[in-house]
Amino acid sequence: MSKKRYPRFFGFLALFSMLLLSGCDYTLLDPKGHVGVQERDLIITATLLMLLVVVPVIFMTIIFAWKYRASNKSATYTPDWAHSTKIELVVWLVPLAIIIVLGYVTYKSTHALDPYRPLESDVKPVTIEVVALDWKWLFIYPEQGIATVNKIVFPANTPINFRITSDSVMNSFFIPALGGQIYAMAGMQTKLHLIANENGEFDGISANYSGAGFTGMKFKATATSQADFDAWVAEVKNSPKQLATAEYTALAKPSERNPVELYSTVTPNLFQIIIDKYEGMKPGKIEHEKKEVAGMEGMDMGKHSAAQAEE
Amino acid sequence: MSNLVFEGAKGHDHGHDHEHDHGHHDAGEMKIYGFWIYLMTDCILFASIFAIYAVLVNNVAGGPSGHDIFELPYVLGETACLLLSSITYGFAMLAMHKGNKSGVLGWLFVTFLFGLGFIGMEINEFHLLISEGYGPNRSGFLSAFFTLVGTHGVHVTSGLIWMAIMMYQVSKNGLTSTNQTRLSMLSLFWHFLDVVWICVFTVVYLMGTI
Amino acid sequence: MFGKLSLDAIPFHEPIVMITIAMIAIGGAAVFGLITYFKKWTYLWTEWLTSVDHKKIGVMYIIIAMVMLLRGFADAIMMRSQLALATEGSPGYLPPEHYDQIFTAHGVIMIIFMAMPFFTGLMNIVLPLQIGARDVAFPFLNSLSLYLLISGVVLVNVSLGVGEFARTGWVAYPPLSELGYSPGVGVDYYIWALQLSGLGTTLTGVNFLVTVLKMRTPGMKLMDMPIFTWTCTWANVLIVASFPILTGTLAFLTLDRYLDFHIFTNELGGNPMMYVNLFWAWGHPEVYILILPAFGVFSEVISTFTGKRLFGHHSMIYASGAISILGFMVWLHHFFTMGSGASVNAFFGLATMLISIPTGVKLFNWLFTIYQGRLRFTAPVCWTLGFMVTFSIGGMTGVLLAIPGADFVLHNSLFVIAHFHNVIIGGAVFGYIAGFAFWFPKAFGFKLNEKWGKAAFWFWISGFYVAFMPLYALGFMGMTRRLNTTDNPDWTPYLHVAFWGAALIMVGIACQLIQIYVSIRDREQNRDLTGDPWNGHTLEWSTSSPPPFYNFAELPKANEIDAFYAAKRDGEAYSVPAKYSDIHMPNNTATGLVMGALLTVFGFAMIWHIFWLAGVSLVGTIVYFVIHAARDDQGYMVPASEVARIEGEQHKILASVRNAQANTPVNKLEQA
Repeated sequence: MSKKRYPRFFGFLALFSMLLLSGCDYTLLDPKGHVGVQERDLIITATLLMLLVVVPVIFMTIIFAWKYRASNKSATYTPDWAHSTKIELVVWLVPLAIIIVLGYVTYKSTHALDPYRPLESDVKPVTIEVVALDWKWLFIYPEQGIATVNKIVFPANTPINFRITSDSVMNSFFIPALGGQIYAMAGMQTKLHLIANENGEFDGISANYSGAGFTGMKFKATATSQADFDAWVAEVKNSPKQLATAEYTALAKPSERNPVELYSTVTPNLFQIIIDKYEGMKPGKIEHEKKEVAGMEGMDMGKHSAAQAEE
Repeated sequence: MSNLVFEGAKGHDHGHDHEHDHGHHDAGEMKIYGFWIYLMTDCILFASIFAIYAVLVNNVAGGPSGHDIFELPYVLGETACLLLSSITYGFAMLAMHKGNKSGVLGWLFVTFLFGLGFIGMEINEFHLLISEGYGPNRSGFLSAFFTLVGTHGVHVTSGLIWMAIMMYQVSKNGLTSTNQTRLSMLSLFWHFLDVVWICVFTVVYLMGTI
Repeated sequence: MFGKLSLDAIPFHEPIVMITIAMIAIGGAAVFGLITYFKKWTYLWTEWLTSVDHKKIGVMYIIIAMVMLLRGFADAIMMRSQLALATEGSPGYLPPEHYDQIFTAHGVIMIIFMAMPFFTGLMNIVLPLQIGARDVAFPFLNSLSLYLLISGVVLVNVSLGVGEFARTGWVAYPPLSELGYSPGVGVDYYIWALQLSGLGTTLTGVNFLVTVLKMRTPGMKLMDMPIFTWTCTWANVLIVASFPILTGTLAFLTLDRYLDFHIFTNELGGNPMMYVNLFWAWGHPEVYILILPAFGVFSEVISTFTGKRLFGHHSMIYASGAISILGFMVWLHHFFTMGSGASVNAFFGLATMLISIPTGVKLFNWLFTIYQGRLRFTAPVCWTLGFMVTFSIGGMTGVLLAIPGADFVLHNSLFVIAHFHNVIIGGAVFGYIAGFAFWFPKAFGFKLNEKWGKAAFWFWISGFYVAFMPLYALGFMGMTRRLNTTDNPDWTPYLHVAFWGAALIMVGIACQLIQIYVSIRDREQNRDLTGDPWNGHTLEWSTSSPPPFYNFAELPKANEIDAFYAAKRDGEAYSVPAKYSDIHMPNNTATGLVMGALLTVFGFAMIWHIFWLAGVSLVGTIVYFVIHAARDDQGYMVPASEVARIEGEQHKILASVRNAQANTPVNKLEQA
């Protein structure tokens, strides 16, 4: 399935620390998805490496302050001793060594955990398009032709390819139990790849303040068996609601703490249409095409007339 | 800009203030030194505007690009005004060092005219663009253009106001050491704006037209 | 005529705000009344408000910082209590739109109007004395900087009663902060308060750089300068390099909001990501601006109270320099989750981690200063030791966040909140409080009460841990920041504990206020007669407490590190010069105050779109300045006889102290 991202030793360290902490109910330390597991292991590894310096420093602070307190006349007192090349070398080089190790871990893990990087798996991924609205999450399943508000269901042990945008301000799409987050921004698409290792219902939130209804901008992410997922898709397809243009416009209006909605059909290409509304964010398209034709008007009315109806 | 203190040659004897001369230099020199540092902050301000411009230059939102709106001959005229004004300011400074008050006033006036010409042409360019519907609210590119060129223009205008005040002060009080210090600072300011204009002209107009 | 301003701007329907305004009004009236009653207006005007004396300006900065600490802390206590109450579906007591202003104001006030003025105040009082100078390079500009800060303070506080404050978080990202999503005046208050005070800070940066580079006492080489001066200098380098970026960024947002530009808007080709980049290109250096002077305080405090030279003086300077330079190359770590790609994220992550190396060097240097020293446990030392432990933890969590893979799950969570409070409180705030206690005698001539100082320390540090360790845990439990209510029952106990931590800190602040009262009341018992209450190493301790307004009758000799320690060692301290000279001093001026006041009006007018008033006040500001400049005030001469008289008085006091000491033998180096 997935490759080892870094030497086994760190995995062992992580496991050991995890055993120590397994009593506590900390979502990030008990992730339910492979990506989250790697991120958790990274946190633990890094923390242990840094404790190598931090713990001695804290101890030395306390010990030195106590031993060399003014009332302790028996301690050596060297008022003019203010330099030692040996000590300088140690205090510059030992942290440097630790940072080099940590840096290597960082470099490797940053590439391995890049949210844009598809997960390696034999299982065919499910694609879910995500639109951040004020103040709810719209989810579109392009392959199934359905859409939902504030709820997603997907099969466990299946890579989920999220494609994310916003039809409003910046938000951040985050399912803490499964792994990291990524910003949702208007006029562009970001990507996130997650996978659930087991069935369960997980909390989803926005992790970037987006205004009055931000606190209520939550959703549920449920991982099920493949069969249950198919059944759920069928159920949604029977839903009376449909997400056509008018419905979408109404949905996009500001509202808070929206209940779950299920839409049996959705306007084709809605996700791309939403991105294209902010066509100004797409640099260069018109420019390059016009390069050969000197003297022509910079305006191109044809292509983007739909989107030109800008508020 | 501080009005302060520790002035050098104002006609009193320094026999009794050796110490403050040892401790720090002539106040005028210190002001010029401080003004340099201020100019560096202004430089960084312009750098951030250039960065904005670089990011937004292609965001034309269906509107015109630089290629469509820039007229290089016109910009050449603007540039000539500004560059010449730098030369004439240089002559003003030469006159100042020679203690030639009327020379200073004369060359400052010519510089002022060139600067005014530059601003006039720029306002005209902006006016034309806005009246055609290509104002800063049309697209990200145009916003960046107006911000960059406009900020430079605001600086030049401030320089012109300063220059007018200096002309008045010099004509009223002569080439006092305070006035000389201030003329030196304005000189730095003026040449700095010239350098920035060369960058603007290159990055915005030349590169935008290619 | 009044733009958008109307009586609707006053939030009559919000009792909490109205009560606060009433209390401020009563308090303000009381202060005004007392000043009038004791007929102190003339004194206040001539001795303080129009002063260009760096020592007085510094004191005023610190007073402002402390008042704003109270305001910012009030915000904090409201946030903690709201979150403690609004659990599991309960709405709490703060309306959400009010809460959202509170967390925005809390961040802006604590960073810009508490921490910045606090460090600027300490730097103002101490730095010129440490380098043996008589004032800063540009005293008028110094006064102007103070009043630009006050402009910002006034605007932020007026926003409470007239209109609203921003509801965007202290970073005010677009598109949320654009007109479309924030149509009210809140973001405009934010913009103008930061723009005006930022201008003041930039001028301070220029001022102090020139001071350090051009006004050191003869013989003092750069590498000989005291460490506090050095860290402030690096901070000033950061200021002049980073604040222009903030100026630009706020200006761009202003253009978007006022003139319908599209720099950061979603539509028509704006790019909100650019704001994020530019904001943090300023914002990250900003936090190093806050921490570096605190590091400098700790260096001074530790070396003084261990009776030892600071270990690794040169390496401290290089480490601070490394921190400053690296501090410019890490800004993207504030938004690893914006999707810049692995290579970019990795670069910034690695660069961020590198900063921990010079920081660690500094920690070790402090440790080895304590090693084989004789440490006296004064209040400043308590703050320093507390810092060393606390900052190590905070720094560690910072390096953790610097790893993009880890940041993906921790970004914007309470873990981040805990981290930055860890380093700002444990680092910057502890440092400023330590510096306040350390240099208070120098500024006012008497020491602060030690008992209340230590009580304050214990409440602050315990309060800090009780308030913020639960937040680290909450971050791990998936709680994100800027929520105004919560509904996860697992989080509730932690939120309760955190509230009590804040309460402990409140007691700590109360201890500080009591300390000030008690110290003033008991000042005669705690007089600092010699000017050197701690057996200090650097030149500020060679002056009287407080110093004469001209600082030094004769510019001090300094040709090695710790110039005053060297003078005492060589028996040259407190020497009486053969002859006194006239001293050239700057005149007081009201120009800074007037310009600040006019610019405050300008800011207010811009916020409310009263454009005619904005124009008038802006023109007025410029005209007033030009008139001031045209006056070309050359200052005045203090006659040598006057200098001799003042110095003579201090020498008499010194002599009497020495006589008293001669009868009580004591080990000089360790004497507190």
